[in-house]
Amino acid sequence: MPITFRIKRFNPESESPQSYFQEYELETERSDTVLDALIKIRESIDESLTLRCSCRGAICGSCGMRLNGHAALACKTKVVFLESPDGMVHVEPMNNMPVIKDLVTDMGGFWDKIRQVQPWLQPAGPVPKAEYIASPESMNHLTGVMGCIMCGACVSDCAALEVDHQFIGPAALAKAYRFVADPRDGASDSRLLALNTPGGMWDCTRCMECIEVCPKDVGAMDRIMVLRAKGIDQGVPSTCGSRHAEVFADLIEQKGRLDEPLLAMRTFGLRNIGQMLSFLPMTLRAMVRGKLPKSGPLHHAIPGIDRIRSLFRHIRNLP
Amino acid sequence: MICTGDGMALAFRAGAPLMDMEMVQYHPTTLKGKGLLITEAARGEGAYLINSDGERFMEQYAPNMMELASRDVVSRAAQIEINEGRGVNGCVLLDCRHLGKRVIQERLGQIFEEAKTFANIDLSEEPIPIRPGMHYSMGGIKTDVEGRCWDPQGGWKGVPGLFAAGETACLSLHGGNRLGANSLLDTVVFGRRAGACAAAYAQSVEEPRVSDSVSGNDHNMVQEFLKRKANSDAVAAIRLDLGVNMNTHLGVFRDQEGMEEAQRMLPTFRDRWSRVAIQDKGRVFNTSLVQALELGMMLDCAETIVLGGLTRMESRGAHFRTDCIQRDDEHWLKHILIYHNPDGLSRMDYLPVKITRWKPQVRVY
Repeated sequence: MPITFRIKRFNPESESPQSYFQEYELETERSDTVLDALIKIRESIDESLTLRCSCRGAICGSCGMRLNGHAALACKTKVVFLESPDGMVHVEPMNNMPVIKDLVTDMGGFWDKIRQVQPWLQPAGPVPKAEYIASPESMNHLTGVMGCIMCGACVSDCAALEVDHQFIGPAALAKAYRFVADPRDGASDSRLLALNTPGGMWDCTRCMECIEVCPKDVGAMDRIMVLRAKGIDQGVPSTCGSRHAEVFADLIEQKGRLDEPLLAMRTFGLRNIGQMLSFLPMTLRAMVRGKLPKSGPLHHAIPGIDRIRSLFRHIRNLP
Repeated sequence: MICTGDGMALAFRAGAPLMDMEMVQYHPTTLKGKGLLITEAARGEGAYLINSDGERFMEQYAPNMMELASRDVVSRAAQIEINEGRGVNGCVLLDCRHLGKRVIQERLGQIFEEAKTFANIDLSEEPIPIRPGMHYSMGGIKTDVEGRCWDPQGGWKGVPGLFAAGETACLSLHGGNRLGANSLLDTVVFGRRAGACAAAYAQSVEEPRVSDSVSGNDHNMVQEFLKRKANSDAVAAIRLDLGVNMNTHLGVFRDQEGMEEAQRMLPTFRDRWSRVAIQDKGRVFNTSLVQALELGMMLDCAETIVLGGLTRMESRGAHFRTDCIQRDDEHWLKHILIYHNPDGLSRMDYLPVKITRWKPQVRVY
């Protein structure tokens, strides 16, 4: 069936380099992946269409790109499964990284951040005579995260990275988790300390987009949450991030609902009065638009709070 | 196209010999249509290979080893079934159903996903169509165990200062038929050794100087591609024709007539390559240019594969000639080295096979 591919193109060598969209109509078969289609376009319509690809089997991680607005591997996505209101398949380069040409992005920053977490085993203790042995049972839980093929899809669609370029990002954090949770690794403490800094594990905003778009079910955001829990367990110095998590839970236990002013005050601390004041304009705007509850900014505990507290007690008593 | 033989072709052009190039491994189980690899793990866990009659056909070919016979044996068996009309649309079937969904998902997770994604097949409910597909080159740049592409003792000629490791290299670790997972040795063990030796070598010699004429030649080749005017031909079309030619005549089964036909065709491909133009004239990330250059490398490799195949008058490992099906240790227990000759026919040389602990034996399954 004929499908129109609307592809975002960029030629750095044109006189005034600017991205633009070009449409190609292509006869596709039901079994075609987007990569099959792009290769057909390249080989039969426009040889200059530039993309990265290699294995065609979702193993090498080269063909990450945005399909109908979400990052994916072109080789793993069937054309027939893509739906858009205008019936076209929209193809764009990955987000959150500079575009080199057409669908090819510069992954340099991606690799810098992966390197930052020291993605290699750092065992402690005496060096064994042969391999560092780990039982299958102790490694099973890492199978998913070790399946990462570094395609960059999670980084492309990370909402936090879009506004916070310093954020190390989901791929690097998932990789950090892979070593923190490895029974043979001896550097967990220093790894967690390094992630307990601005741009580190507390900068994730939990939008879940990385989980949604990952072609290998690495579950980056879930790993980030475990890193945070491990950090708190190992007693890393408190930060706005860790206090936010702890105060959040505490407020729910006390009141059964989120109390934004208290959450901000206790997260930033009264010493950080400047930070607090910076929220004032936003609070006023929210008030004007009727987004503050009628009961005022400070909340009382909800009715039936005892049941919520008993849930907390129950969870604490779990083995 | 993942591997285009660039390393081999570059070393070859620089004067390093390529060895055992006729040994091209066909993997028995690649997915219908896409050609993606369905790993050996499936048969390792007990999957059956069946033909259109539902028979486990390996009984006819390797009654003891069955599906676990070596790759060349299983590839030939599958190809015979297909050729003799017991296939299913050009394939045979890999049947995992009896393993049960739990085992398949736990132990064969990757191919379970692969079958679902690329063939829309649930391995626990349906057998999957597979056929032999070109997989690995046992041959490559002749190296010693330190990754050196020359012999410091002068036993064979090469390029001093050049090191190679991995599939591009050939230290004859695999003989004529690599076993599953053994390419890891090429990378992990001999990659490490080559790296260490190369580092020590680099410290022991002066910094080499590349003459302007050498880089000038490459520069001119690139310039010419960018300048050429379009004709009706295309890199992708030549690559496809080359692939079909090689797959037809130097695949699982070979014979004199077929290989000679392949040899006759190669100059026509090279001629087309030397005239083909590329549309993209850019200097940034020009994949059209890269593919044109890669095609040139593939042509070099193809020529050595055909030459090696025609020279080796026996069947050994992956090199199976229907016109001489016996292994001939008396005459052919030796390696074929091929040297590039820019002015004409490639030069050939032979090296004895070093036999240490394991003596060659007749293969019986």
